Amino acid sequence: MIKVNAIGDACPIPVVKTKNAIRELGGSGVVEVSVDNEIAVQNLLKMAKQKEYEAAFEKKSNTEYIVTINVNGGEVSDTKPVTKATVKSDEIKLKETIVVIDSDKMGDGDEEFSKTLLKGFIYALSSQDIPPAKILFYNTGVRLTTEGSASIEDLKVLEKAGAKIYSCGACLNNYGLTEKLSVGEVTNMYDIVSYLMEADLVIRP
Amino acid sequence: MEKLYCKGGGCTAKLGAGILSHILERLPKQNFDENLMVGFDAKDDAAVYKLTDDIAFVQTLDFFPPMVEDPYTFGQIAAANALSDIYAMGGEVKTALNIVCFPQSSDLNILGEIMRGGLEKVKEAGGVLAGGHSIDDTDVKYGLSVTGIVNPNKIYSNNTGKAGDRLILTKRLGVGIICTAARIGEADEDTLNEAVDSMRTLNKYACDISKKYDIHACTDITGFGFLGHLMEMMGDDKSCEVYAKQIPVFEAAKALADEFLITAGGQRNRNYVGENVIFEDVPFAMEEILFDPQTSGGLLLAVGKEEADALLNELKEAGMPAAIVGEIRERENTAIKVADK
Repeated sequence: MIKVNAIGDACPIPVVKTKNAIRELGGSGVVEVSVDNEIAVQNLLKMAKQKEYEAAFEKKSNTEYIVTINVNGGEVSDTKPVTKATVKSDEIKLKETIVVIDSDKMGDGDEEFSKTLLKGFIYALSSQDIPPAKILFYNTGVRLTTEGSASIEDLKVLEKAGAKIYSCGACLNNYGLTEKLSVGEVTNMYDIVSYLMEADLVIRP
Repeated sequence: MEKLYCKGGGCTAKLGAGILSHILERLPKQNFDENLMVGFDAKDDAAVYKLTDDIAFVQTLDFFPPMVEDPYTFGQIAAANALSDIYAMGGEVKTALNIVCFPQSSDLNILGEIMRGGLEKVKEAGGVLAGGHSIDDTDVKYGLSVTGIVNPNKIYSNNTGKAGDRLILTKRLGVGIICTAARIGEADEDTLNEAVDSMRTLNKYACDISKKYDIHACTDITGFGFLGHLMEMMGDDKSCEVYAKQIPVFEAAKALADEFLITAGGQRNRNYVGENVIFEDVPFAMEEILFDPQTSGGLLLAVGKEEADALLNELKEAGMPAAIVGEIRERENTAIKVADK
């Protein structure tokens, strides 16, 4: 495998470096390219599609993406499947999916049962191939991101896979949990609104 | 010769259209002024403000980082690009002001050369350079704020074409790809020179000829690429069919696009246009060229079928690589269909 660092490079440099690496392979193999923006990811995937190479990308953070290109049938990648997304040709544009957790219960039923359902939801979410871009916690939802929550480990898996986790600051304060945040970052209503406005898809379990 | 440091200049440096619309939509509404004939909510090429029944002034500004290394050439191109918005409205250039960002510590002769190139184009446009504003900045940027005039009844709006109109493009596409490739040493000198000649050619000549005809709509092809600007021309009430094989392009740009020497701007344009375009068996390189951000691109004119051939012939006789590249239709499901014919 050849690793290409194209962080900080403007298009078309990432593509040029990648083409050189593919030439260097001299046959089948895998090229792993790091870039710092989504447009560069899209241009690399476009190239892979034209050349009929298998390609996948992984979003590490808003400024770090890894594109893995498999030239003529090598092993695609040794990264964890949780963080890997194989992209179909017509799916180059990344969707901004946001999951909203506005309660410590899922649905309206028996209290303990509803809490168990939500825990199950977060676990299932952490096992998806493509993580959501963001998970927003507000009102009693913040009980899931703070000490005593049974979902901390699952949320950490999601965070590692690239999902941004945000808890509403006023809500943490209201329930006396400000000092007990265990995963993700604190946010405010202004940001919550702009995240939701910019989302392609909002999921509320 | 002094050289500029280029890093993805010209119209490839433009903010994405999608991002921009998003910001503009959030700005508070202004008080209505009936004399403002074209404002920014029209997504047109320049603002038009009516003074009297036969005179409106047209205002525009455009500036960007260098896309070629020679400062004089860069000045010419930046000016031709800024002046073009006046022509896209069917106007006549009157005054221009320089917009300059330049690192004070570097060789000021470079700045002199940039401004000399710009002045030459303002003169060629029949206008007068009347002043400017300069800022000490880490990177070079140059352009013009231009004011022109137009008869309020003869404004070329960008989205007033009619079903049946023929679409005429007056310059070749592909200059964004060529400049990008040249920057990393992948385009030869002849190819770059061809693109440079196209970019520094004023749209004045195409505009002058067009005024003899009944032009229904007009825009100039710049940062949002052919398809981005065409989409704005269709508005939400028209569709069009584009004939990919008729489109004037730099042959070298096709080969470069096949080598994936494509810009971020082009991909942003692809995202912006999104599902508003369908391609029917169009080669990949041609798709890329249709999204390629153009610096100082040509005019795209919508004219009735009966006048189209005469206008086209006159543009060609004046030496332009013009062609009829498509036609406007009644609104269909998709705004733009690109056929491989």
